[in-house]
Amino acid sequence: MAMHVARNWRETPERYRMEAAKCKKCSAIHFPARLICPECQGREFATVRLSGKGELATFTIIRVAPTGFGDLTPYAVGIVKMDEGIHVMAQIVDCNPEELKIGDRVVSQFRRINQEGKTGMILYGYKFVPDLGL
Amino acid sequence: MIGIVGYGSHIPRYRIRVEEIAKVWGADAPAYKKGLGLNEKSVPAPDEDCATLAVSASRNALRRANIDPKQIGAVYVGSESHPYAVKPTGTIVSEALGACPFVHTADLEFACKAGTEGMFIALHLVKSGVVQYALAVGADTSQGAPGDALEFSAAAGAAAFIMGSKNLAAELLDTHCYMTDTPDFWRREHAYYPEHGGRFTGKPAYEKHLYSATSGMLEKAKLKPEDISYVIFHQPNGKFPVNAAQKLGFKEPQYKLGLLCPTLGNTYSGSSPMGLAATLDAAEADRLILLVSYGSGAGSDAFVFRTTKKLLEIRDMAPKTRKQLDEHKQYIEYGTYAKFRRKILRAE
Repeated sequence: MAMHVARNWRETPERYRMEAAKCKKCSAIHFPARLICPECQGREFATVRLSGKGELATFTIIRVAPTGFGDLTPYAVGIVKMDEGIHVMAQIVDCNPEELKIGDRVVSQFRRINQEGKTGMILYGYKFVPDLGL
Repeated sequence: MIGIVGYGSHIPRYRIRVEEIAKVWGADAPAYKKGLGLNEKSVPAPDEDCATLAVSASRNALRRANIDPKQIGAVYVGSESHPYAVKPTGTIVSEALGACPFVHTADLEFACKAGTEGMFIALHLVKSGVVQYALAVGADTSQGAPGDALEFSAAAGAAAFIMGSKNLAAELLDTHCYMTDTPDFWRREHAYYPEHGGRFTGKPAYEKHLYSATSGMLEKAKLKPEDISYVIFHQPNGKFPVNAAQKLGFKEPQYKLGLLCPTLGNTYSGSSPMGLAATLDAAEADRLILLVSYGSGAGSDAFVFRTTKKLLEIRDMAPKTRKQLDEHKQYIEYGTYAKFRRKILRAE
């Protein structure tokens, strides 16, 4: 279990704060961050925080979950088109997945993603919830 | 001059009614509703805990404070349900907000008083000039043992306050504390559920400390109950704070804005701070607010704030507490509640 600690810790900026990389040459935004811009091959980036707001581009409902997610079934995993124009995949929670529709406005929230058994590390990150102004 | 520059709260969307819990344990629901003065309580989603609630409330506070998170010099998270026994919640919150690395962080625990402990420290740290801004959060996903009276009230929620010395939404006028060693409620290490002294939690505990802190605060600030426009007392149930207000000389218009327990439950460290957030959402400018917490073990922190015109400018910049409490709630049955709160024993 402990072997995952360093990898998870390295991903903190994008998981906790939705930090993306904005290419200084062509302004393309990449999430997660990249070393080389696939649009213009630029190598210099500015760190930007995504607004957390977007629109549900597509989704599926998980009924047979992988290890650690069984308590959440049925739950939705969706691809969200962020207001910045990029796409992000995450769980859609605090909703009845059967009532979700493509095009729904969603907003990110900081949630528990998983935990490494009863005694291991707790992993946190972003999920999306319906944008109800709450 | 110091005080609150931004505030925010977060309430999970799920609720369970008293009738639903009473049905499972053969309890008399109308008697519990009347005795506890509450109808339902909030329930955290399975992926919510003290840290996630604290982050959501703090992000709302940051929206209202409209400051760079890097300017926050201290982060204090008060809770009795920190996700780790050893590893701070404060670092998770600081990192999620973007306040790291030049920030002092600590986790606090004092039953239901840990939230106002953080507020007390944050306010006085700003007053001392050590930090420009300090964040204090009260957050809990409280647990009551199945079938225990606490199960009807133990709820989840958080409130966060950013303290500073300029652009104040509410100016701090004074503070007062009252503490003794009174064992009315506790949870030993490795114990999953807390234990309490039943009726002992009333007179010698809640009443003695909260009443003494309130009268001491009023005397120190040279105020009378009628000088206070809004009062918030800790809300372990819907009955104690109303009784306290009436015995101490306050009337319903003074406590109704901050009384959330009847439909929220007891959010422990978040309880009175969330009442303050709800009050700030609707308070008029240039009014006095009295906040008095209570934590078992036992003690009370009292604060007097004066609202400013700035409050009216910032309150719509984040979701209001009552809106989160009253709108889009999802009711669940006891089975779902037991699953969400991990009360069901499962194979490893």
